[in-house]
Amino acid sequence: MPETSNPSAANRETARVGVYVCHCGTNIAGTVDVKALADYGASLPGVAVSREYKYMCSDPGQALIQQDIRDHKLNRIVVASCSPLLHEPTFRRVLNRAGINPFFLQMVNIREHVSWVHLDKAAATQKTKDLVRAAVRRVSLHKPLQKRQVPINPTVLVVGGGIAGIHAALTLADAGKQVYLVEREPTIGGHMAMFDKTFPTLDCAACILTPKMTSVGSHPHIKLWTYSEVVQVEGYVGNYKVKVKHKPRYVIDDLCIGCQECIAACVYKEGKTADEFNLGLSKRKPVYLPFPQAVPQKVVIDRETCIEFKSGKCKKTCIEACGDRHAIDFKQKESFEEIEVGTIVLATGFKTFDPKRNPYYGYGRYPNVYTSLEMERLINASGPTNGEIVMRDGKKPQSVGIIHCVGSRDANTNRWCSKVCCMYSLKLAHLVRERTGAEVFNFYIDMRTPGKGYEEFYDRLLDEGVHFVRGRVAEVSDFAAHSSEKGKLVIRAEDTLAGFVRRIPVDMVILSVGLEPQADAQDVRRLFNISCASEGWFLERHPQLAPVSTFTEGVYIAGACQGPKDIPDSVAQAGAAAAEALALIDAQFVEPEPYTAFVLEGDCSGCKSCIPLCPYQAISFLEEKKKASINEVLCKGCGTCVAGCPSGSIAQNFFEDEEIFEEIEGVLAYA
Amino acid sequence: MKYAYYPGCSLKGTGRAYEESLLAVFRALGIEFEELADWNCCGATSYMSVDQLSSYALAARNLALAEREHKDIIAPCAACYLVLNKTQHYMHDYPEIKLVVTRALSAIGLTCDGHTRVRHPLDILLHEVGVPAIAAKVKAPLRGLKVAPYYGCQIVRPYATFDDQRNPTSMDQLLAACGAKVINYSSKTQCCGASQKGTLPEVGLDRIRRLLSEAQAEGAEVIATVCPLCQFNLECFQEEVGNAHHHISIPVLYFSQLLALALGASAKIAGLQRCLVPVKRLLTSKEIAYA
Repeated sequence: MPETSNPSAANRETARVGVYVCHCGTNIAGTVDVKALADYGASLPGVAVSREYKYMCSDPGQALIQQDIRDHKLNRIVVASCSPLLHEPTFRRVLNRAGINPFFLQMVNIREHVSWVHLDKAAATQKTKDLVRAAVRRVSLHKPLQKRQVPINPTVLVVGGGIAGIHAALTLADAGKQVYLVEREPTIGGHMAMFDKTFPTLDCAACILTPKMTSVGSHPHIKLWTYSEVVQVEGYVGNYKVKVKHKPRYVIDDLCIGCQECIAACVYKEGKTADEFNLGLSKRKPVYLPFPQAVPQKVVIDRETCIEFKSGKCKKTCIEACGDRHAIDFKQKESFEEIEVGTIVLATGFKTFDPKRNPYYGYGRYPNVYTSLEMERLINASGPTNGEIVMRDGKKPQSVGIIHCVGSRDANTNRWCSKVCCMYSLKLAHLVRERTGAEVFNFYIDMRTPGKGYEEFYDRLLDEGVHFVRGRVAEVSDFAAHSSEKGKLVIRAEDTLAGFVRRIPVDMVILSVGLEPQADAQDVRRLFNISCASEGWFLERHPQLAPVSTFTEGVYIAGACQGPKDIPDSVAQAGAAAAEALALIDAQFVEPEPYTAFVLEGDCSGCKSCIPLCPYQAISFLEEKKKASINEVLCKGCGTCVAGCPSGSIAQNFFEDEEIFEEIEGVLAYA
Repeated sequence: MKYAYYPGCSLKGTGRAYEESLLAVFRALGIEFEELADWNCCGATSYMSVDQLSSYALAARNLALAEREHKDIIAPCAACYLVLNKTQHYMHDYPEIKLVVTRALSAIGLTCDGHTRVRHPLDILLHEVGVPAIAAKVKAPLRGLKVAPYYGCQIVRPYATFDDQRNPTSMDQLLAACGAKVINYSSKTQCCGASQKGTLPEVGLDRIRRLLSEAQAEGAEVIATVCPLCQFNLECFQEEVGNAHHHISIPVLYFSQLLALALGASAKIAGLQRCLVPVKRLLTSKEIAYA
């Protein structure tokens, strides 16, 4: 960086500042006296022009600034408007077009920081004056800065192999980009693979999902890593270094052909362990394939239940059955792999609410109370009962109650609407009625069926003779108040339309459990340096206008990790996230802010204490000069070394001491 | 820490078995307490619905007395526990209530700043003494006696922080530590009907029938309660709620009576002679010490 002896003095004398106050309609002008603020701006030393305008960001507003720069030979601009997150790029372009360095701009946020948070107009106006005064003093010291271009690695990492991750990976790979798809379970498919049908069209979920799953497995541009987890992420947009852990499946991927002979040959004749994919409704062996259409078709050995791991004395009939393929390897260890990617799509999905938190619905106490997800498995042809809807005793239910909003819209558990439950409850009601002929009762608070073809599906169910009771269920119990209730589960709910309390005895209860953030959402958030909203869902950059971007450049979110979402919405978001990544990749370069740090060589004592502080290894030591040196390309502008340098000999562009002190003095110099 | 023991009216009247057994448990476990001197009625829930502001002042006088002695209150009766806690919360949340109460108390030279904690014996036993310490002192284990713990509504909702409000288990843990087999049943936090038995008998009886039938259907041999009114309702109307086909007879004890027995108290000290549904034959048939 150029070092000048005393740039501040020179700049202060030659600065010709323009101050521009935005009304933002009534957003600002409703609470701040914009005219008084503009007049005050004009009175400040160094200010050549000061104006207010209804919408500074509009084309005429921008043209106004551009014209003034020419007419009044302005060389510094202060815009008092909204957050720089929104319009700093807009106004920097204005400066650029007018032929002055875009960093000669200072924005003052008088909307989010003033008008939206204050009620007292006089006090609010005074605060804007203080802030504008500080900005005018600071901007005079701004130095011209140049953005640099950093190339983008075109490889993309997709985390999570549910429908959102699958769709994002395929979109990117079909565009010719190399994709790593990392999934922590032994197979991709996610929750969608567990469903039998999808609403509202009643498509067979497997029929529409498995083609996409096999495409992922065989795509030349997708490297699929199942049973793997991301453990470390370093770097920045365009240049991320990611470390992935491969958990041992005790089966060599390249050698296993998915013949499953080892499963048949296992010394366990019957499964003994709760099958994760069937949610414990069936048993599996220690060596297993999660489900018939699993991708990849590679078996897994579970070391917790395998006799060989417990005692080391198993006959190992699985190895015999595998024969010459030698795919089974009991000595496999977890391994790590490092990859370099430019962009990341997070599609880590959701978990369902645990209804044991609402003990009054009897889940876990009465065997015939099921969660909706368990019901999906019971209905599914590849499920534990081959698609037969039967109770624990093997009998078909004559009557079924479906309780909506379990763990949703509830101040005691989760306040949010899980969005998908009304529709999947309708789907389950239809399937139960179709396959068993049972009487089906839906207990709902409100039916929420916006979406293409959704309301029509609800109408169809009403015609099919499914019962709907509007009221939150108080309890499910097996207590029979009358002989007609003997041996049944009694659902007690206030029917708020009829105005009395109903007791409805049924054989089977389905709890429509809500959606929740994954249990480790906070860990994942920290790993990828993004934010979570207070409920734990990943936070988008803007809820309306940047729904798949995050506050970390180059990291996108898709699907239910961002909030409850059905399949169409998840797929749409996945496509959007892929498109955002492609847009960045096709630009070939990113232009990071030039807020890099630099060493004031004259002051540097060569103590080297800054070198280990740098998270990006951007600082090296010049042996011949005995001085530290910062690589501008590697520096991310985090400021750690600036704060850490004992002699104050590291400075940072745009945040130099004199700029900050000038701003502080400005804000404190109230009249 | 010495506690101010606040018996309330019930424990000196219909709930004497609760007081006798609970104090025996405290002594056996070395919990130091002293009865709050000059305490008055908490007002119960009925006074609150008649004259709200006065009822806060009435309850707050007890808080002020304990505050003067720098002691936390132990309130065993569920209604006292609720009313004292509610007063504490309302004085904190509503300055206008605090103002009136402060003025009323100042007339008798008392102040109430609101830092007295109102605690339930379940809380003290579970969190101050702890299950292991209690288990270690069990002299006459309950030998698998099937107990249905009945919490009722007031003890956990809405102020209890010592247990899960919708699925409380504090009594379960204490009884299990004494060797009882705890029965889990769906209505353990449902209302007993409270005073409905007096005003709308059919509503009250329906509640009582439900609770007793379910506990019995789940195999309970005794019901354990934490509230004098619950205990009264469940114990006194068993003949009325039963019928020729469905005979109901199940002893209803305070949880402290079972604890006292397990910790070695005699049947008399545990107040077992006060049971309207006799419990002696059941306990002796289980070879549980009854002396």
